[in-house]
Amino acid sequence: MATLSLRDVKKRFGKTEVIHGVNIDIEEGEFIVIVGPSGCGKSTLLRMVAGLETVTSGEIAIDGARVNEKEPMDRDIAMVFQNYALYPHMSVFDNMAYGLKIAGTPKGEIAERVEQAADLLQIRDFLARKPRELSGGQRQRVAMGRAIVRKPAVFLFDEPLSNLDAKLRVQMRLEIRQLQRELGVTSLYVTHDQVEAMTMADRMIVMNAGHADQIGAPLEVYSNPATEFVAGFIGSPPTNFFEAGGRGRIGVRPEHLSIVEGAGAGQLGATVANAEPLGAETLVHVRLENGSLLTVRQDGAAPIPAEGTGIGLAWDGRHEMRFG
Amino acid sequence: MTGTPAAMDKRVTFKGLWLPLLLVLPQIVITAVFFFYPAGQAIWQSLYIPDPFGLSMKFVGLGNFEYLLGDPYYRASFLTTAVFSVLVTVVSMGVALWLAVLADRLIKGSGTYRTLLIWPYAVAPAVAGVLWLFMFNTRVGVVTWYLGVLGYDWNHVLNDNEAMGLVVIASAWGRISYNFLFFLAGLQSIPRSVIEAAAIDGARFWTRFRTIVFPLLSPTTFFLLVVNVVYAFFETFGVIHTITSGGPQQATTILVYKVYADGFVGQDLGSSAAQSVILLAIVSVLTIIQFRFVERRVHY
Repeated sequence: MATLSLRDVKKRFGKTEVIHGVNIDIEEGEFIVIVGPSGCGKSTLLRMVAGLETVTSGEIAIDGARVNEKEPMDRDIAMVFQNYALYPHMSVFDNMAYGLKIAGTPKGEIAERVEQAADLLQIRDFLARKPRELSGGQRQRVAMGRAIVRKPAVFLFDEPLSNLDAKLRVQMRLEIRQLQRELGVTSLYVTHDQVEAMTMADRMIVMNAGHADQIGAPLEVYSNPATEFVAGFIGSPPTNFFEAGGRGRIGVRPEHLSIVEGAGAGQLGATVANAEPLGAETLVHVRLENGSLLTVRQDGAAPIPAEGTGIGLAWDGRHEMRFG
Repeated sequence: MTGTPAAMDKRVTFKGLWLPLLLVLPQIVITAVFFFYPAGQAIWQSLYIPDPFGLSMKFVGLGNFEYLLGDPYYRASFLTTAVFSVLVTVVSMGVALWLAVLADRLIKGSGTYRTLLIWPYAVAPAVAGVLWLFMFNTRVGVVTWYLGVLGYDWNHVLNDNEAMGLVVIASAWGRISYNFLFFLAGLQSIPRSVIEAAAIDGARFWTRFRTIVFPLLSPTTFFLLVVNVVYAFFETFGVIHTITSGGPQQATTILVYKVYADGFVGQDLGSSAAQSVILLAIVSVLTIIQFRFVERRVHY
């Protein structure tokens, strides 16, 4: 367990700056998710913490000690890779024991720790197998096991669930979170999936083109996005942005818009384009006069207006979001 | 990773018999004319002693073989071949692997480096032999002169070990390019993330090389081992012929050179044919051994 802090961390590849200065203090045992679209620099940031990329300027400190110049093996971290990066020629046991063997841990202790981790991840039966004989989900668990057995100060996750199918992803999401709570190891987790970020993070860093647009607890970020990018990226379906009268461009979340019967009613006129009934809720897509599409989220039991009908949109002024 | 039934079905199958036969015919014809026919003739001839003018042949059964195995010069040639092929294989593969590891770490200029290292492969063995011969010529060679300055009197014409060293270097040199290319391709096919995972697990460069890189490279190493041993046995003829002609005193007469020396110089065609048959058997056995025992330790 350890703290992790980034001080104005920047990264330049040649003349292109890809990370423009990130600051965060991560507390012991905290689970931090870095989320953003592809190319926003989130993986580069994680790789800098791992020591796989050099830090152009700024400082990375683990437990208060600067690690910028330290090699990956000297940072007391463990990393789970997107493609798992298991050693293909070694058994599951040897994969998990590799780091301990190098550290010169006694054989008995290695076996004990590997078996303990294997029990925790329910892969005890696969210890003798080679990675190629495992399914994607099992490989994912081995990669997790390899990280756990070393008892590192910090866990790093680089999109560990993106190669799994949707159902397994939901299950592993819960398991990783639970495991991290049990072990209490400070974690940095990179994903492009805002649902993963919302459900797993203690705090999240929303990255946009090399800037940390916002750092905060998921619900705080959701209800008070700092930038238009954050408002649009976090939340599904995304926030609606439109011009409201003479008041400029505003953002309103789909669940904060409601449909008012009758053309000309409400604050804004629109026509119904189509509706997606999902059971518990219905997403109604409406078209404004200028042609732009907005989404309204309403209760599944509420009446669904027919396509092509003219309606009015209403919302509470408290839910309006404005950005510079 | 593993072949699914669906993937197996995608294999192209031919309905008739004639088209596939026609397609493999050129290969079969070439193999028949240039391998089966001469190999068959060698086996046939090994049972006879022809007279030097080729006018008559006398059947001697296994007499040629009996005589060969009792001949101390022939037995000495076995040892020479073993030493020579082990040295050529170890030197050419070792140097190539070392260069490939260095090239793999290069970020800038790796293309130039690679191209330069491939050039020796384009030089014919006989030409390579002449090249090295010039450099080590006992009277006008550049290297000989420098060695003289350093106080070493190089004379591979008289010294057995120096002669062996020279043919080994010349043979291995042309082979390094080929091995280098395969090793580099092998190194680059190892996923970066696996190396990074090992680094995070605490393994430094040599530990990673020993425990991750080299084992994952083993299919390439195994392939090169087979190919290089066959090369050392057969294709080094040109180098030896130009540099030492098997001398001094048979010190560099490897089996394939003795086939030539006894057959075409000594005109003992029966013995020469018998030697070819023995050589054929040795290479077959070596290849089988390599596939049976070494391959088991290879991780694909």
